[in-house]
This record gives sequence, structure tokens and C-alpha cells, in this order.
Amino acid sequence: MRRLDQILYYLRESPMLGAGTVLIFLIVLFGTLGPLFVDTDLSRPLSTTPRLAPSLDHPFGTDDAGRDLLSVMVVGVPMTMRVGLLAGAVGLGVGIFLGFTSGYLGGTFDTIVRGVVDTLLTVPGLVVLISIASTIREEISVNIMAMVVASLAWMWPTRVIRAQVLTMRERAYVQMAKLNGMSSAEIIWKELFPNLLPYLAALFANAVNWAILASIGLEALGLGPQNDPTVGMTIYWAITFSALIRGMWWWWAIPILFIGTVFVGLLMIAAGLDELANPKQRKAV
Amino acid sequence: MPPLLEAQHVRKVFRSGGGLLQADSTETVAVDDFTLAIDGDTPSFTTIAGESGSGKTTIARLLLGVTPPSEGSVRYRGMDVSSLDRDQTRAFRQDVQAIFQDPFEVYNPFYKIDHILTTPIEKFGLASSRQQAAEQIDEALRTVGLRPEETLGRYPHQLSGGQRQRITIARALLLKPKLIIADEPVSMVDASLRATILSSLHKLYTDFGISFIYITHDLTTAYQVSDKIVVLYHGTVAEAGDVEHVITDPKHPYTRELIHSIPVPDPGSAWIEEAVEEKDVEVSDEATGGCRYAPRCAHGSARCAQMPPLYRLDDGRVASCVLYDGQEPLESGDLTRIIGATPQEE
Amino acid sequence: MSTAREVLLDIQGLEVHFETRRGLARAVNDVDLQLFKGERFGLVGESGSGKTTMILALLRMIKTPGLIAGGRAVFDDGMDLLALSKEEVRENRLRRVAMVPQGAMNSLNPVMRIGEQLTLTMREHGEEGTRDEMQTRLEQLLERVGLKPEVTGLYPHELSGGMKQRACIAQAISLGPSLILADEPTSALDVVVQRQIMQTLRQLQLQLDATVLLVGHDMGLMAQFAERVGIMYGGKLVEVGTVADVFRNPQHPYTQLLISSIPSFDRRGTFKGIPGVGLSLLDPPSGCLFHPRCPQAMEDCARQEPGLTQLGHGQHVSCLLHEKEGTDATPA
Repeated sequence: MRRLDQILYYLRESPMLGAGTVLIFLIVLFGTLGPLFVDTDLSRPLSTTPRLAPSLDHPFGTDDAGRDLLSVMVVGVPMTMRVGLLAGAVGLGVGIFLGFTSGYLGGTFDTIVRGVVDTLLTVPGLVVLISIASTIREEISVNIMAMVVASLAWMWPTRVIRAQVLTMRERAYVQMAKLNGMSSAEIIWKELFPNLLPYLAALFANAVNWAILASIGLEALGLGPQNDPTVGMTIYWAITFSALIRGMWWWWAIPILFIGTVFVGLLMIAAGLDELANPKQRKAV
Repeated sequence: MPPLLEAQHVRKVFRSGGGLLQADSTETVAVDDFTLAIDGDTPSFTTIAGESGSGKTTIARLLLGVTPPSEGSVRYRGMDVSSLDRDQTRAFRQDVQAIFQDPFEVYNPFYKIDHILTTPIEKFGLASSRQQAAEQIDEALRTVGLRPEETLGRYPHQLSGGQRQRITIARALLLKPKLIIADEPVSMVDASLRATILSSLHKLYTDFGISFIYITHDLTTAYQVSDKIVVLYHGTVAEAGDVEHVITDPKHPYTRELIHSIPVPDPGSAWIEEAVEEKDVEVSDEATGGCRYAPRCAHGSARCAQMPPLYRLDDGRVASCVLYDGQEPLESGDLTRIIGATPQEE
Repeated sequence: MSTAREVLLDIQGLEVHFETRRGLARAVNDVDLQLFKGERFGLVGESGSGKTTMILALLRMIKTPGLIAGGRAVFDDGMDLLALSKEEVRENRLRRVAMVPQGAMNSLNPVMRIGEQLTLTMREHGEEGTRDEMQTRLEQLLERVGLKPEVTGLYPHELSGGMKQRACIAQAISLGPSLILADEPTSALDVVVQRQIMQTLRQLQLQLDATVLLVGHDMGLMAQFAERVGIMYGGKLVEVGTVADVFRNPQHPYTQLLISSIPSFDRRGTFKGIPGVGLSLLDPPSGCLFHPRCPQAMEDCARQEPGLTQLGHGQHVSCLLHEKEGTDATPA
């Protein structure tokens, strides 16, 4: 089967994966095509009449500082996604490296890694993030935001990947690979890694999801990039300027709608991939 | 010239149970003082037979260097298998290969079956070009009775168990090893295919001079295919010698019971009516110091409290049973000469 | 057979299909078979032959994508196993038809003591009695299968493989069924234990005057345990007869090859397998399913599916070689 056929097949097999992919695809479409139709300059403060409810001119309304919220979303959603992707990628990357090597090689390295991960996982993540974010002196940019979040995003992937590797390590095909003269590194990357691909993809979706929510959490507390209209910052401003009490529902409802869509979309992708990672499914092709 | 592969007084103990304070842990002696050497120059075909818990799979793992022994050593050409360097390991892996029981689990489901054939060629530098590698693979597949066009390019689940097992034999053949350790190679394969696969293995022995250690619980296939046999019971050697002698005229009570219990495809024998001689006793795994079979043995007596050595019997075999304590014991329990491919002592 | 034995179960035209993405697989293909009262019948076949599927069908344990596509399995009193409702299946399971599974894992609950489970099973199938009454029955039951009464208080993991299998047998016979379906009950056991278990099974069968249908692939075991044996290939029943007839005078080419491929202590070094590759149920050969591998195949074999021909002694064979000779299909 050609790769494309195979991908389409998987999408058909798991409706969740399909639905999630559609949602995220729509969000991405919104972010990439948005600037072609919407004037992104309007996302800056003082660019238009403030406090307007949604209308034809301003489909998402405007905020207290005179930002057009449609424009804000068009600019801000991709930024937030970028934080998620970056942090998720770093987190997964570190997790893959540590998880595979400590799981396969064992020994002291494994004991150390396991100890560190298990201990750190018990610390409430948000507290750590807040501590880190608040000690940063210079202006927090989107990329720095991503790195802050990434500092915690690697732990869970390390743990679960390590657990998977521990079970796979004893498989007969690993024995066979040893007899075939493969080195440990080769076994990890050529024999174990490919079999975990769907599982890793699900982990990635989860990591991105977590990273987005963590970054939004930090931003909503005011610890984000002050001059960038990310989704989290928009919520921060909405809270700071009491949008809820003042009845400016569009200011907080629209960002939350976007967050919700992204969250549900990524969740469904992760769940769908998890389903597919189940070996029973794979054999049925 | 040191032998190709030898186990010297190898003992393997497994500890299970016991919490942090190590109280309550039980020790299971999987293999107890096993000594055997395989010669690199003269091919031999030896069966190591036993039932579950006999230690036969543990011996395979010890010989392959996958598990370290608790006592004693396993040596490849005189060098301890657990301390080989890169080059020595390579030479070891090229000389000593294995075939496993499960013809499905040995394949990584992500790859086509070609992967299992191309990897050793690449890793051991067996071919200098793609063309040569393809030729070698073709030849190996044909030798085991497979058609390359029907097997290459397929995923493991697209082939039958018999085909998959034969591919693993072809893989072992590519390396032109001196010794193949085959751990229950046909027990998960359909009955009608067993004969074909065993005949492939036997052909490797007769035509290519490859020695075999054939691990099984099925004595009838052992009889078909091997020259010598070692019968294990709970980690100890009960009887060893020519397969012809041991199977048609077993001397150790356990071997006798084993052979008589095999249902033969000849309707009308007394198999189902005749009471089993063995005592129906539940035995624990822990070592008690005497003959391991004694609690079940119909001939068990007080003399069995001491583990009997392997006594040499007249026809060149050995049996570890007090019934033969008039005979000479085998020096240091070394099975090598019993198993060695010297001309039959008829 | 000269003695006219009463038929316990008359299986007619049994069809079990599996709907897969790649097509329809006829796992059990138009099987006709009669089981007599109090007999030991062995059903032999390799993987894909349909032997296990057949007993699962009789027990109504076929799960999607499998389904019973046709046929009847009628008891001597007229009850058709395949036509029972779910309720009726539950009522009759264990009372009329019981199964001894391959692994005790499939039948014994690991977190319940043996005594509890057996009692629970009996109660679930309608047995009543006080605790003491049940306990006595239990101990008698265990004794019959060769287990000590103390076993009632043990968990499955505390028993050896042989003991677990005896417990499964105890469960199977607890309500005195007339038909016991045993699916390779001893394949995971050591040879000596296997012999002991099969001997116990035989004693029980004689005591209960029950019919035992033993499914497996160990020809030696069949020869020793069964009185009659049926050979399955690709979902079809290709030969049926007494063990003496089938082993000494096999009529179907597949049976002949199968028997000559059995390793024995008579001949060393001869290796006779069955040539060719096993058939694919999704893409079966036309005509006779065995013809591509059959050393005696004729032209017609590719076109025509053979029916079941009756030879002497109650031996039946499904092969065109015999279609001209014997009389036409009466069920085996």
C-alpha cells in the first residue's frame, strides 16, 4: 500500500483521529489563511474603536485597548500553537533520548534518570513554571515561553517511553537483532523506535496539548509576552480589565472557544493514535 | 586447540520472591553442574531433551551467552563468553547461531522479512555488493526449500509459520556457522511441516557439516534427527548417550517413564490402560540434595538421598541413578566424550 | 461398526463463516458428522482446519466477525444446539454440553479459590443446595478427577499445570453432561502428566457414559485415546473412521501423508512432510481443497468438490478417488 493510502486508511479506521485532524486542520487553516483576509495590524492596540460587540465590521468585536479581536486571533492562535509545537517537540525529543537509552541500557544511568523523573513529577508543574517564569529578567518572548514550558514537558514522555522500552527489550526480535550483530544504539533506533511511532505521535499530540495549556496558564497569570497578542495574553487582558463583569463576553469567550477547539482536537488525535498504536490494529491491515 | 563452545561445570540459580529484606526468597536450581564441549572440527548432532523445568532452555541461553552462569563458565574457543571484546563477539556470533521456537516473535513486525536476512550480511560483511548479497539470500532460501519470489518482500504476518521458521534457518545458514543451537524449532509448527523443517536442519548437518544442539521436549523428533542425546530432569542430567540406545532401551527410570508415556500412533497399545509407574507426587522446585527424581521414582529408596553421579554403562552411555552404582562414574561429569562425534561404539 | 450404536448428536451441514476485510472465509465447510453415545471421538487437523471453530460453534461461542452460517446439530431428543436462544444456551451449557479448554487460564478465575468457583459455576447453571451439601458434592467431584479435597481452598496459581487441568475437568463434569468437548486439554502439559490426565478423562467418560470429542493435532494421542477419528482440512471433514481403520488403512491422500509424516520410534532419519503450502481460507482452491498438494490428484479434482462417500466399517472419505466405488453420502 502506498503511504498516502495507508494514512487515509488509518484516518478511516479511527474516526477520532479523523475528527481531531479535521479540527486542528481548520485551526491551522485559520492561522495561515487568516492574514490574507484580515488586516493583522488591527491586532495592535489603538488601531480601531474599542469595546465594540461583534458585528459585520468586527466579527469578533474589539477589546478595551482598541484591538480587533478577529485580527488578534489570527495573529495570536499561530503564536500559541508555535509555543505548543516547540515545547512539545523539545519535550518529546528529550523524552525519546532519555526514555530509550535509560530503558534499554538500564544500570546506573537508568536509576538516576528514573529517580529524577519520578521525583520531579510529584512537584506541581505550574508552581515550577511560575517560579521559572518570574525569575526571567528580560522580556519574555514567545520562544522563551516555549523553553520555559519545555523544561517540564520532557518528564512524562521520558517515563512512558521508558516503560514501553522495558517491555520491548525482552522481545524475541531484539534477541535476534543481537544475534545478527547489531549494537545497542542500532537496536534502539532501528528495532525499537519504529515500532513505537504511532505511540510517539500520540505522545507528541499530548505534549503539545499540555504545552499549550501550560503556556496559556502562565500567560493568563500575566507571566507571558506582554506585547504579543497570544491567546493566553488576550485572556489576561480580559481578566485584568474585568471583561466578564462588564459584559464584554466576546473578549473572553472567543479565546476560550479557540483553546477548547485546539484542546479537543489534539486530544482526539492523541486518543485516535493511541488506538492505532494497539498492535491488534496494526496486524489487521 | 580449545573446543568451539564449552560449558564448564555450569550452574544457574534463580532467586524469586523475597522482599526488601530478602526473607522468604526461594532458590531454584535451573541447571546444576553441567559440563559439555562441542568440537569445532567434527560436526555433531546432539539433543538436549527435557520437559518444562528441566533447564534445557536455560542451557541454551547460557551457551549463547545471553545469560551468565551463577557458577562455572561458558567458553568460546577458550575465552569466557561474558568478557569478549567487539571483534571476539563478532567471531562468536558468526560461529555460533541460533534458531528459536516462536516463528513469529523473532520478526520485527515493522519490517519485511528481508530485514532479518539483510542485516546479518551487512553486519558481518558477508557480501561485497548488493548483487552478491541477493545471490546469497536466494541460495540460502532455496536450500531450505523456499522460493525467493514467494517469500521476499513480504511482511511476517503474510507468511505461514512454516515459511517463517524456514526463513530463520536460511538466516542462520547465511552466516555459515560451525554450530547452531535450535531451541524447540518445530514445536510451534504444524505436524506435517515438522518433517520438512527437520529435514532441512539435518541437511545442514550432513551437507554443510554444521553441528547442532537441538533442544526439545519431543523425543520422537529427537530420535529422527540427532545422533546423541542428553536427557535432563530438573537441572540435572538423567541419562546421556547414543540416541538409538537411550530411546529404544532407556536405563534411567525417568527416561523409561518418559518414553513409555509418549502416545504412539499405533492404536491398540496399552498406553491408556496401563497405570503410570511414576508416583503422583507434587514436588517443590527447591533442591533437596539427593536425586531430583527420587520422590517420583518407582524405584526410589534411601540410597537416593545422595545425588548419584553419572555412571558409565556398557554401551557407552551414562545414567545418573543408584541402580547402576556398580559402574564407574564419569570423570568430572564431563559429557563431552559421550556426546563427541567419535565413531559409534557398536 | 457392527454394533448399532445410538446417535447422541447429529451434525448436519455445519457452516461457520468469518467476514474479513479481505473476503469471506469458510472456516467450517458443510460438515456432516454423527457422534454416538458414550464414544471417544478424536477430531484432528492442523492450523486452519476448522476443528476448534467447530466446537466453538457447538458451544455457541463464536464471536464476530465469525458467524454460524448454516446447519443443525441435533441431540437425540430433538434439541438443535444451533437453534437455541441465549437463555437456552446457558441452561444447557454444562448440563448437556461441557468444554474442557486448552489452557486453564481460559476457564479458571485466578482470584477465586477452586472450591468457590466450582460452586459458583454449578449454582449459576441451576444447581441448588446448602453450603455443606455443595461442599460434599465438590469433594466427591474432586476425588473423581484425582484431586485431594484440600484443593477446594487453593487458588489456581497454587496448583501445578496438571492439577489445574484436572480442576477444569471437574468443572466440566460437575453437572453430568452427556457431551464433553475437549480442546487440546493436555497440549501444555508434560508427557507423563498428559498420560495421567487422559487416563483420568477416559475413566470419567466410561463412568458417566458420556461422549468425549477430543480436538487436537497429536496423532499419537488420538490413536491411544479415541475410538473413532475424523480428519479435517481447510474446514472440511475429509475422512472419518475407527482409529484402526484410519491409522492402518487411511483412504484420503491427506490422511495418508499425515500419517506417514508422524515421526516414530521405528524409523530414524526419514523425513516425510506434506509438500506445498497450507491453503488460504480466503482464497481457497477450486474443486477439492487438497488437490494442489495431492500426489494422486486427477483432472476432475480441480473442478469438482467431492462429497462424503461411505466405505466399509463406517469409514467415510471425501475424495473423488472413491466416489465411484462406495455408496453415496450418508452422514459419518
